[in-house]
Amino acid sequence: MVERIRHMLVKEFLQLFRDRHMLRILILPPLLQILVFGYAVTTNVRNATTVVVDLDRTASSRDLLSRFFSSGHFRLVRETADFREAGELMNRGDAGVILHIAHGFEGALRSNRTGDLQVIVDGTDSNTASIVLSYAARITAEYSGGVRLLRMERHPVPFPGPPSVSIASRAWFNENLESRFTFLPGIIAFIVMLVTVMLTSMAVVREREIGTLEQILVTPITPAEYILGKTLPFALVGFGEILLVATVGVLWFDLPFRGSLLLLFISSGLFLSTALGIGLLISTVSRTQQQALLTMFLYFMPAVLLSGFLFPIANMPPAAQGLTYLNPLRYYLVILRGVFLKGVGVRVLWPQMAALLLLGVATLAVATRRFRKTLA
Amino acid sequence: MTAPGGISVSARDLTRRFGDFVAVNRVTFDVRRGEVFGFLGPNGAGKSTTIRMLCGLLAPTAGEATVAGFDLRTQAESVKTRIGYMSQRFSLYEDLTVEENIDFFGGIYRIPSGRKRERKEWAIRMAGLSDHVRTRVAHLSGGWKQRLALGCAILHEPPILFLDEPTSGTDPISRRSFWDLIYSLSGGGTTVFLTTHHMDEAEYCDRLGLVYRGELVAMGSPRELKDGFPVERAEGIAPTLEDVFVSLVEGMDRAAGPVAEVRG
Repeated sequence: MVERIRHMLVKEFLQLFRDRHMLRILILPPLLQILVFGYAVTTNVRNATTVVVDLDRTASSRDLLSRFFSSGHFRLVRETADFREAGELMNRGDAGVILHIAHGFEGALRSNRTGDLQVIVDGTDSNTASIVLSYAARITAEYSGGVRLLRMERHPVPFPGPPSVSIASRAWFNENLESRFTFLPGIIAFIVMLVTVMLTSMAVVREREIGTLEQILVTPITPAEYILGKTLPFALVGFGEILLVATVGVLWFDLPFRGSLLLLFISSGLFLSTALGIGLLISTVSRTQQQALLTMFLYFMPAVLLSGFLFPIANMPPAAQGLTYLNPLRYYLVILRGVFLKGVGVRVLWPQMAALLLLGVATLAVATRRFRKTLA
Repeated sequence: MTAPGGISVSARDLTRRFGDFVAVNRVTFDVRRGEVFGFLGPNGAGKSTTIRMLCGLLAPTAGEATVAGFDLRTQAESVKTRIGYMSQRFSLYEDLTVEENIDFFGGIYRIPSGRKRERKEWAIRMAGLSDHVRTRVAHLSGGWKQRLALGCAILHEPPILFLDEPTSGTDPISRRSFWDLIYSLSGGGTTVFLTTHHMDEAEYCDRLGLVYRGELVAMGSPRELKDGFPVERAEGIAPTLEDVFVSLVEGMDRAAGPVAEVRG
């Protein structure tokens, strides 16, 4: 048993390392992905392109507006008195935000009335828009707090006491709310899934295509030996990818690693078993490598969308939420964030690990059954 | 490990259906130990399906077969240690070298480490690849691939060898030397079961089964087949195997014709 599996392993690795193209696929895209997610993909908005339509043109209006631009979240692209021009800039996509202050702003503040600031955002990107609005609300609240203080100085009234509720906010595990710390652990999951599902399904289908599968099946090798020999090499490659991406994340992007390495490896092993099972399953329904590739993407897209990586699971309709329970990625993401950012252990993560174990055993069992059938 | 009576392969009413299509229809034959037995027939006659069933790659729909004395249905694992199989595709790993292919199949067949080296050298010499041990198989010509594929298939010295269209896609010289090899194996006691659609190649076999539309229509040595069947040809000219085959097939088509019309 061990002897045959060893020979399968040697053969798979020889084939893998001989294929320069495949080697590049194993190393470059993971690095590229981690760079993209580490640098480019951020949900923190900086330098939102902003047009100012200041019709008041007073010290007060300028003071308020300058606070927007000194925050770093907004960048002035044009100042205009023509509201239509501002609208045109937004149509063309040159501006994402319009800050509009009507005539009489300072006068209203002076006479103890409310001054109006109109903030218009480009709603075609709803995510960015809502983040920009929250910045605007914060900046305006600070400004209006200052105005209230001035008023109290000018018209002393009996002290109203401190504000009834004040927020003391702090983000645990990711103090500066760096979005890349949210994404990077997830990238590990994607890369490992993509690579192992792809390699497994392609390797089996390729052997079917060139006829060596048949040649092996006339030998006394058992299905278990064949399947192990065909999946173990890619499990090892999967672990290699995890190490690669995690190392770059920790050393280059300062991604915290607060949990246990052993826990990461055990959980990754569980996740890998689901990925290998799915790879095998795909190989049983595909006759050519193209079919295998297409089938893989058919699986990959929903798996990513229903993982909670990009869209919170709690926001999904109940049916979709139900589906996520079958998605190994869902559990692995929780484990990865737990191990990297929170530093929690088995005591907290055992339900996710148990779910992965269950899914892994189930997919491998189904895959092995189907695999045996396609042989006969 | 020889079956009683020196029978290596025995099929009884062996049948394989794919849906409504009957690929192999109640085929019965025996192959004796050390014999070169050929299945001759056109493409789609059921030759490959039969050989795939005998190798355990395809489960028979009905009927029985024993290979090396073991029941194909119940003792498939024992059968597999005693057979070698080479398909017309010469299934080798093209991205591996000659040596790596041999090492891999040797490992899968679990050849004892004492024998391993000797068998490897034998295979390399037999295939004439002594100077190309580290050449990738992709760079080899068809004839070399054929001999290497054969070498890999019989590294474990199986008493029975199944060859599915073994000489397709190779040149006449390769084909010639391939047959020399088959004779030497057969002389050493190996039973060879092969399929072919080349009439000239069929002449080299000790015994032939003529197959057409999934049925075994005649069986015997090339001599017996040619002598035993009355062929409507000018007198004084010895019939060839092709004549025998064509007359048999035409007879079958005539018999099947009216049925086909009624169905249509």
